[in-house]
Amino acid sequence: MSSAHLLIDNVDAQSRSNALKDRIVPSLFASILGLVLLYGAGFSETAQLHNAAHDGRHSASFPCH
Amino acid sequence: MTVVIPPASHVIDMLNLSHFRMIVISALWSGLWAGLLLTVIQSVQVIPTLLQAEVYEEQATAISVHTHSGSTDAQTHQHEVEAWQPQNGWERTAYTAAANISLAVGFALLLGAACNLRGGISHWRNGLLWGLGGYTIFFVAPSLGLPPEVPGTETANLKDRQLWWLMAVVDTAAGLWLLFFSKTKLNKLLGLVVLVSPHWIGAPQPEAYHSAAPAQLAHTFIMATALANAVFWLVLGSLMGWFSSKHQVIKK
Repeated sequence: MSSAHLLIDNVDAQSRSNALKDRIVPSLFASILGLVLLYGAGFSETAQLHNAAHDGRHSASFPCH
Repeated sequence: MTVVIPPASHVIDMLNLSHFRMIVISALWSGLWAGLLLTVIQSVQVIPTLLQAEVYEEQATAISVHTHSGSTDAQTHQHEVEAWQPQNGWERTAYTAAANISLAVGFALLLGAACNLRGGISHWRNGLLWGLGGYTIFFVAPSLGLPPEVPGTETANLKDRQLWWLMAVVDTAAGLWLLFFSKTKLNKLLGLVVLVSPHWIGAPQPEAYHSAAPAQLAHTFIMATALANAVFWLVLGSLMGWFSSKHQVIKK
């Protein structure tokens, strides 16, 4: 394989790894945190949580009751 | 092109902490302020309308208890084991504010995650557009099939409605993403199909529509929540843009 090919392969692998490290993995972790919060405040059927978040759910158009 | 999926133990090493921290800090601050603002806006029309509807709901329940006097024992018993709920007034407002802030931080985390996938937001004005996207995904799309309801409205099964809500949100997000960010016409067309599919399938509806509150009150509630959520999302988006630009990761 020519050295030019090797260089292109290296640059490709590097940019893939950067995309994973800078974009995909941080976004994945942040989304999981966000979904946990949205589930607790918007979806959980625990009676206490439902009653505390009742008005917020109605206002945000989450299915309630 | 081959896609290499790293083993789970390597995922933590792969996390760029500074990017993650930037999303979380921006989301916490933006969610706090936008959630508090939403609580203030709600107090103008959303909450008064909701409380008015609750009076109708209670009257309807009282009539039904009276007419079914045989089941009074069961009703009283049910009342005794009823779960805790905040007292009307400051306590109820405080819990609503806490719920609003939790929802706002949750939305902001998802917004920040989506922006980060596209390389981050650098200005509050870009944030406004992302906020508009969030409003379309999380409020407009689900409300087209399941409009915001005042308490005391007859509805379809909760699980079915939650499932349709989730489908509307996921499909609208995926559809908008394809429409705006894909490069080929075919993918854009696919985005459009995904976008309309939940509405083509249709939201679960009750067998017969019935509401304890007058229709005018239900209508006012839809208008009030549409306006309150629009302001909330535009503010949340622009705050995310502003905080992200302040905490911009310094490139080495």
